[in-house]
Amino acid sequence: MKKLLALSIVAVLSACSLHADTITLNASGATFPAPIYGRWFAEYNKLHPDVRVNYQGIGSGAGIKQFTDGLTDFGASDAAMSDDEIAAVKTGGVVLLPMTAGSIVLSYNLPGVTDSIKLPRDVYPAIFLGEITKWNDAKIAAANPGVTLPDMPITVAYRADGSGTTYNFTNHLAVISADFKTKVGAGKQVKFPVGVGGKGNDGVAALIKQTPGTIGYVEFGYAMGVKLPMATLQNQAGKFVAPTPESGSAALAAVEMPANLRAFVTDPAGDTSYPIVTFTWWLCHTEYTKPGVADAIKSLAAWCLTDGQKLAPELGYLPLPASVLTKVQAATATIK
Amino acid sequence: MLETETMPPSTASNGVPWVSTKRAKSAARFDTFFSGLTFVSGWGTVALLVLIGLEVGYASLPAMRQFGFHFFTSTDWDPVNDQYGALPLIYGTLVSSVLALLIATPLGVAIAIFLTEDYLHHKLRSFFKFLVELLAAIPSVIYGLWGIYIVMPITTQLGNWLNAHFGWIPLFSTPASGPGFLPASFVLAIMILPTIAALSGAALKTTPQPLKEGASALGATRWDVILQITLPIAASGIFGAVVLALGRAMGETMALAMLVGNNNQISTSLFAPANTIASLLANSFGEATGLQVAALMYLSFILMALTLGINAMAEVILDRSGANKKHL
Repeated sequence: MKKLLALSIVAVLSACSLHADTITLNASGATFPAPIYGRWFAEYNKLHPDVRVNYQGIGSGAGIKQFTDGLTDFGASDAAMSDDEIAAVKTGGVVLLPMTAGSIVLSYNLPGVTDSIKLPRDVYPAIFLGEITKWNDAKIAAANPGVTLPDMPITVAYRADGSGTTYNFTNHLAVISADFKTKVGAGKQVKFPVGVGGKGNDGVAALIKQTPGTIGYVEFGYAMGVKLPMATLQNQAGKFVAPTPESGSAALAAVEMPANLRAFVTDPAGDTSYPIVTFTWWLCHTEYTKPGVADAIKSLAAWCLTDGQKLAPELGYLPLPASVLTKVQAATATIK
Repeated sequence: MLETETMPPSTASNGVPWVSTKRAKSAARFDTFFSGLTFVSGWGTVALLVLIGLEVGYASLPAMRQFGFHFFTSTDWDPVNDQYGALPLIYGTLVSSVLALLIATPLGVAIAIFLTEDYLHHKLRSFFKFLVELLAAIPSVIYGLWGIYIVMPITTQLGNWLNAHFGWIPLFSTPASGPGFLPASFVLAIMILPTIAALSGAALKTTPQPLKEGASALGATRWDVILQITLPIAASGIFGAVVLALGRAMGETMALAMLVGNNNQISTSLFAPANTIASLLANSFGEATGLQVAALMYLSFILMALTLGINAMAEVILDRSGANKKHL
């Protein structure tokens, strides 16, 4: 009996030593890109069995916190990191890497309406401010000739939990509507004057599906997955653009990426650009002391920026435009 | 209190005359060890509670300094401008819980009477009892999903009908937009039903049999006995059960986060979306920073104080009702 125990201890120990050169990268943060990250890390692990990534989708804010406290090897955030947050990182420095992007869509539940409804730039901020309250409002009707809009109150559905999706959506609304900026403002969690809150994308989607007359914002990939209708929005150029991978990519390509790789696409220019898109970032250190971690992150990022990008459309994300990719690849190379 | 409870066994076993001294010694050592263990565990639990209270209180200090008592009267919860007020949340927590009690109390007491007053064969009775207790074992998120997909469509239609016909009554003054007090409180009522039914049942059982038999002998019907003997005697026990259920309802999180609408407003309408402290906490902590964290901790502190106070009150009432039984 004792011999068996001793043997099994030896076996366990040797198993551990066999895995000694395996590197586990701990990461946490945004929930919005969690599905594509999960896929990336699984695919990468198949090619490189010696690198495991343990990613936890706990929210951008919590991801920044854990990264700052040194609990994770890299973080992930839909709102990048503010200058104050970067200053709070004591050792190792910070480099922000945009890794993928996505569109935010307005989904709705309108019985009897089969076409994608068009919402002008002055209308959808007013809906979320509670100023347009009926679906057959003259302003909505004017933009949708030929569509019979029901005489039904509009119920706004929003994210009750703090989220990068809300951050990017409200930033867009604050840019295109001065009213929205002063009355509500932009943030991860804001005080919407009307409506009901759901927890997570799935919570908002459930509210939209369950109650006729509801409109809410969800991520494109999510709306596509659960087959919610999506509104066609008027962009900066005044054109109505439906949310598609192409219109999202066009919006991203219109952005001039600054040296710190922190660009918020609040109101993209261009005739074919879908108006609400966002990058999402990895938060990495510029210098790692743990042996092997820097190389592992660099080769992981390199794969995600090349082969990984091809997985984006099928999961509802947007591949990064070539101009952005070269800049991110250059930034990745600086990690030591 | 705990000390005096744990001491007697060790002193008693020391003086047991009919065992060998060797065994007595080891038994005594074991007793000392065991009473020490219970002592540490008992006080450890108390210490843990105090520590949690202190920690939450300490983390909420910045918000307490910033907002002070104004926190209780302000209706603004605005993370963008870092303005926080708890009134709509306290209101939502109390109203949703009290509404749930209004639904669950008559049902729960009726179930308790049904299961204690010999209406059923005892085998069937334990089966029914098992079913009611099973309600307590269903995870909160399942209640939430059931609420969204089954209850909410029904309450929305009911709400819109009531609003259209009786909209002049403040309770029905807004159209139903899905989530709100009504579906949340209804689901909450079912969640606290087992607590009320089980504890009320225990209280009903404390009625002495001779009293009931005496009443029957004097010509009282079964309902006379239940209404005039059993219920009055069990009343304080039932009240304790209800208060304990209130404590549970106020702390309930997941199902409410899914059903209450998460809108920090104060409305008299049953159909309006609202928010509760527990739901806001669950929704906000992940992305909160700076003063918002302190404000959330302040809210946690308030919720802790409320539920602790209510639970303590329930314990006292239940204790007294037990004491009543001894006097009879």
